[in-house]
Amino acid sequence: MVDAPRLGMLIFLGSETMLFAGFIAAFLVFRLGAPVWPPPFQPRLPVELTGANTGVLLLSGYTMWRALRAARDEKHAGLTRSLAQTALLGATFLGVQGYEWGRLLAFGLTASSGVYGGTFYTLIGAHAVHVVAALAWLALLLIGTRRGGDAAPAHVGVSLLGMYWYFVVALWPLLYTLVYLA
Amino acid sequence: MTTATAQHGEHGFWTTHVFSTDHKTIGKQYLTLGLFWAVVGGLLTYVMRWQLAWPETVVPGWGEIGPETYNALVTMHGTIMVFFVAMPILLGAFGNFLIPLMVGARDMAFPRLNMLSLWVFALASLLLFISFFVPGGAAAAGWTGYPPLSAKAEYTGVNWGMDLWILAHALEFAAFLMGGVNYLTTAIAFRVPGMTFSRLPLVIWQQLTATTLFLLSVGPLIAGAVMLLLDRQIGTHFFTPGGGGDPLLWQHLFWFFGHPEVYVILLPAVGLVLDVLPVFSRKPIFGYRWIIASTIVAGGLSFIVWAHHMFVSGIDPRLAMPFSITTILISVPFAYLMFAMIATLWRGSIRFDTPMLFALGFIAMFIVGGLTGIFNGSAPADIYISDTYFVVAHFHYTLFSSVFFGGLAGFYFWFPKMFGRLMNETLGKLHFWLTIVFFNATFFPMHNIGLAGMMRRIANPLQYDFLVPHQWINVVATIGTMLLLASQIPFVMNVVWSLVAVRPAPKNPWQANTLEWTAPSPPPHLNWGEALPVVYRGPYEYSVPEAPEDWLPQDRVLAARAR
Ligand SMILES: [Cu+2]
Repeated sequence: MVDAPRLGMLIFLGSETMLFAGFIAAFLVFRLGAPVWPPPFQPRLPVELTGANTGVLLLSGYTMWRALRAARDEKHAGLTRSLAQTALLGATFLGVQGYEWGRLLAFGLTASSGVYGGTFYTLIGAHAVHVVAALAWLALLLIGTRRGGDAAPAHVGVSLLGMYWYFVVALWPLLYTLVYLA
Repeated sequence: MTTATAQHGEHGFWTTHVFSTDHKTIGKQYLTLGLFWAVVGGLLTYVMRWQLAWPETVVPGWGEIGPETYNALVTMHGTIMVFFVAMPILLGAFGNFLIPLMVGARDMAFPRLNMLSLWVFALASLLLFISFFVPGGAAAAGWTGYPPLSAKAEYTGVNWGMDLWILAHALEFAAFLMGGVNYLTTAIAFRVPGMTFSRLPLVIWQQLTATTLFLLSVGPLIAGAVMLLLDRQIGTHFFTPGGGGDPLLWQHLFWFFGHPEVYVILLPAVGLVLDVLPVFSRKPIFGYRWIIASTIVAGGLSFIVWAHHMFVSGIDPRLAMPFSITTILISVPFAYLMFAMIATLWRGSIRFDTPMLFALGFIAMFIVGGLTGIFNGSAPADIYISDTYFVVAHFHYTLFSSVFFGGLAGFYFWFPKMFGRLMNETLGKLHFWLTIVFFNATFFPMHNIGLAGMMRRIANPLQYDFLVPHQWINVVATIGTMLLLASQIPFVMNVVWSLVAVRPAPKNPWQANTLEWTAPSPPPHLNWGEALPVVYRGPYEYSVPEAPEDWLPQDRVLAARAR
């Protein structure tokens, strides 16, 4: 029999993919239609710092993978540790992003300053909202694991969160390439 | 299924009728909300049509109508009928009620998510309803919400109403996303033993295709809605040309969703009709596998036709030709579906009960709408008729026929299963004949006045000299509308009478094959008693020579070579 919760999550992630396809398409319309990008007098995006931050997020994908293995092997301590590491890395990623946004805003790049700023904050912001959601879910799960409840439902929860986390992590290199590098 | 029973613990009044996780109750709740909105949307048509026929008079029971009010009426009519009537009834009600019963599941895969879906939809309904009464009134930028009209409050004079409109849509999409995850998961993971995909009733196939289309097309529109809200609230310039934005981008995002959305409504209706036809023809459906293939092909093509809504929007003319070609191609699978429906009737022993009448009405009316669709789809013809009443006539022949004739075919057919009561056949037949006559009286004249040049969404046709000689056509359509609204009285009487006067429905009143007819009417919580049915055959085995009766339910084993 097909595993219903994972199947449901997969279907949901299909819709999420199309949501980002919409945001990316809007970005590309403006990006490819512009004669110069970034437009004149607009700040350049912090490529190096975000590159390092990309590494942080990818690392959180690895710790999430370890958490999933621990959950499968029913290693309670390992699960809690890996989830906590994942949360820490995710929070670091968000923190660095927040710092960057603060600097960009200080340089005068706002969402209403033009389509360059508008697409940047919307597309990257949409991803950030997903990271926040994933972190909140992770925090709830971590609290549940700490209390040491029933092992079986926690396992389903961890594996669903894992799928969502992978999605959020996997999306990022694409966004980084499109928005920061290309 | 002890785990399932344990999950569905107490059965108090609130958990049974209001905060229920039972798919049947949720289906009925969707039905109720959809019917409520149908009444609201129907009353709006009365106001609009009165205004169009006698523009310089006061609308009785409403008051005077200026162009601003008319804009709000036409916007809300479209929004309500598509998103708050068609979807909750065809997907929300029938999908919820039928999918678990027809695949042999005791409930949806995620019952609590299902309940959440309903309540999010209820919240969306509430916001949309409130939007009529906020300062500035309801949204007035058209059901398609085109910017720049929708992007700045100054352009329509509507501020709150437009934001509520966007929020109501966002919530509605969230509701149907949750529903969609449930529909697909349930049908894939919870089929009863023997229920292979090639034994799945066609209505389920259509629901699943529609759901898939919705799930894959709604994302870009949600992205667009977020950007529109940001344009309005924090001053981004995605869609306003002044700041470097592009209004056409919204049209692309909207119609990338909008055309599949048409099939999200149409396919479930086609499914209802496909399941009604064999029962009342006492014949297997014609070309079961080809119907599924056509549906999937149509679904796939629906993602690459969207720019046919934009032939006059100033898109690159080189785009018009490929989109014309895909649009004309997409009529091929639908032509096959219509052909299969008619071939199913061929030499059947037809029973003209009310569900069958509405199913036949769907076929007849949809063919008219399909034919006019070919004119709209070809760019040279469309440039002349775009944004005229010809298009209004076209999409009412396709969508009204789906929601009304298709939906009512399903409603009359499954009412005994949903409520455990039989409906009155005489009132049902009266309802059908009045509806089909006045439907045509309302919408057929719109072809003519559209070809005469009358534009959509104008509040007063008499302002245009060239339309004055054709005003009588508007009067005919308006009288048709009022009689069409009055034609629903027998329906309301019938529903109320059937629910009050207890004429209990037997398990299988129509002598049909599919699994829901093996459950009691109405099915209890968890649908079947101790044992679930087991499936041995396809859904449409009627008039099989080996069977003792002219129907052969999916769960029946034939005694080996009996007699
Ligand atoms: Cu279309």
